Amino acid sequence: MPDATGLELLAGELRDADADTVLGTLYFRDKGAIDVAPSRIREVLRFLKGKGYTFLASVHGLDYYPEEPRLGVQYELLDMSSVDRLTVRLRVPVDAPNVPSVTPEWPTADHQEREVWDMFGVVFDGHPDPRRILMPEDYEGHPQRRDFPVGGEPVLFTYHQAQGTDYTLGVDPPHEGSSTPA
Amino acid sequence: MSSVETRDVDVLDLGELGHHAGDAEQTELLTINLGPHHPATHGVLRLYTTLEGEVIRDIKPIIGYVHTGIEKTAEDKSYWKVIPVVERMDYLAYYFNAHAFCGAVETLLELEVPKRAQYLRVIHLELNRIQSHLVWLGTSALDVGAMSLLFYCFRERENCLDLFEMSSGQRMHTRYIQVGGVMEDIPVGFAEKAKAFTKRMRNSADDYHALLSKNEIFLNRMRNVTPLDEQTLLDLGVTGPLLRAAGNPWDLRKAQPYSSYEDFDFKIPVGTKGDNWDRYAVRMAEIYESCDIIDQALDGLPEGAHIADDRKVVLPPRHELATSMEALIHHFKLVTEGFRVPPGEAYYPIESPRGELGCFVRSDGSSKPARVHMREPSFVNLQAIGPMVTDSYIADLIATLAMLDPILGGIDR
Repeated sequence: MPDATGLELLAGELRDADADTVLGTLYFRDKGAIDVAPSRIREVLRFLKGKGYTFLASVHGLDYYPEEPRLGVQYELLDMSSVDRLTVRLRVPVDAPNVPSVTPEWPTADHQEREVWDMFGVVFDGHPDPRRILMPEDYEGHPQRRDFPVGGEPVLFTYHQAQGTDYTLGVDPPHEGSSTPA
Repeated sequence: MSSVETRDVDVLDLGELGHHAGDAEQTELLTINLGPHHPATHGVLRLYTTLEGEVIRDIKPIIGYVHTGIEKTAEDKSYWKVIPVVERMDYLAYYFNAHAFCGAVETLLELEVPKRAQYLRVIHLELNRIQSHLVWLGTSALDVGAMSLLFYCFRERENCLDLFEMSSGQRMHTRYIQVGGVMEDIPVGFAEKAKAFTKRMRNSADDYHALLSKNEIFLNRMRNVTPLDEQTLLDLGVTGPLLRAAGNPWDLRKAQPYSSYEDFDFKIPVGTKGDNWDRYAVRMAEIYESCDIIDQALDGLPEGAHIADDRKVVLPPRHELATSMEALIHHFKLVTEGFRVPPGEAYYPIESPRGELGCFVRSDGSSKPARVHMREPSFVNLQAIGPMVTDSYIADLIATLAMLDPILGGIDR
């Protein structure tokens, strides 16, 4: 695991390359995290790849509601030779949720970026296949956001609703020969 | 003997002549949906496949059919109630899901897990790994036409589930691993039964080898079929037996030991080519290694508590409730509100039967997690199906998908 000093050195090198890249660092529970500007994510990951963090283990989204900027994306990097983990974090606001896609350089991010778009509505510019992945293609909204309500999903199979025979409405006619009302 | 030689020549032909299988004869492309309801897809997986004759030219996995919003549900429950929910993601690796989640919460709480609890976790994790590999082996063999193996594998799996039932009362989704340790110490007789199981399991694995590993038909479906090199796998984020089959000995149990894995003497099986045969052989070898780990953990099981002693997090022992007011208050608070976790974020990776299973938990200081995310190995590994099977026969797709071992409950969550 990198210590707090190693993390600062790494962040310092990133700052030397471009002063606007690093927004802050955090050393928490024996693990380092670097906060970066969203527009610089490709350069940051490329730099860290050169430092030995060649494996992108995970890309996941977060919603920091009610904090601003609300949406977050985190990249879990792994250095397999020195067994080192590092988190790269970025935050984007809901009204401009654009992040450059890292899929062209890290093929593993393909499905995971699609999931973050699906669940949180973060737009990954330059993604080769920016479709929803888990929710249906015509779904509206991004269900993993903190202000997205739980429950109340519209029923996908609407044949019986149109017929007025939807059993969930309690209007189903009784079965033939049955004496109990529906 | 002659048939073996003919097969080798066939394989060489395709590679050395520099063209792909099925070139020249067919030019018309046919697009078919394999699945979502198809027994060979190991779940509700839809493969949007473009074929040229019998040869796959393009393949796109389409997922989400069993998406149940577990990560969303988890945000609405107190920490201890999340455990049974996340267990239902990868339904063959429930101990792993629970351990990844509990590990992340323990990291945030800075909670020390007693040594005995760590060993008990290892015993059950490895039993679970064997159980998961047995389901994989049985269904995969069925896919390539070896039907009888399914019954043998499920026979041994029953014994494994009996052990789970003995220690936790449940056969699947046991909720055995808790934040701070495990639910209960193992009952009297468990160690003997587990020992007997590992002994029998090794013999059974020998039998599986005897049934499959020299079977001409099986070898033809496995050897030199859909190999993928180590670098491509790493770029695609593939971990677990699939990566080890290509020769990279990356295993978190060795590389980043958690839960006292450093105490045990076991080997990491690796392949050389990364073809279907290596994928099969690596998992088969892992069954023996898991048996070794279980035996060592049972022999060296330290004395002590099975769960941490932090009353702010862990339920007090039942007998104290009748005599101690303090215990009653703690019990009441833990059951109604749950424990609070300091604000912060943690990512806790473990080695599941399918690769790196990482649980990300963000706490906002309340008694419910603000975000629970599973880095599911099946979800990431599925991306490799395209590079693996493009330009190979559709029959090889079925065998390769079986060797990929995707669990759709884990992919869709």
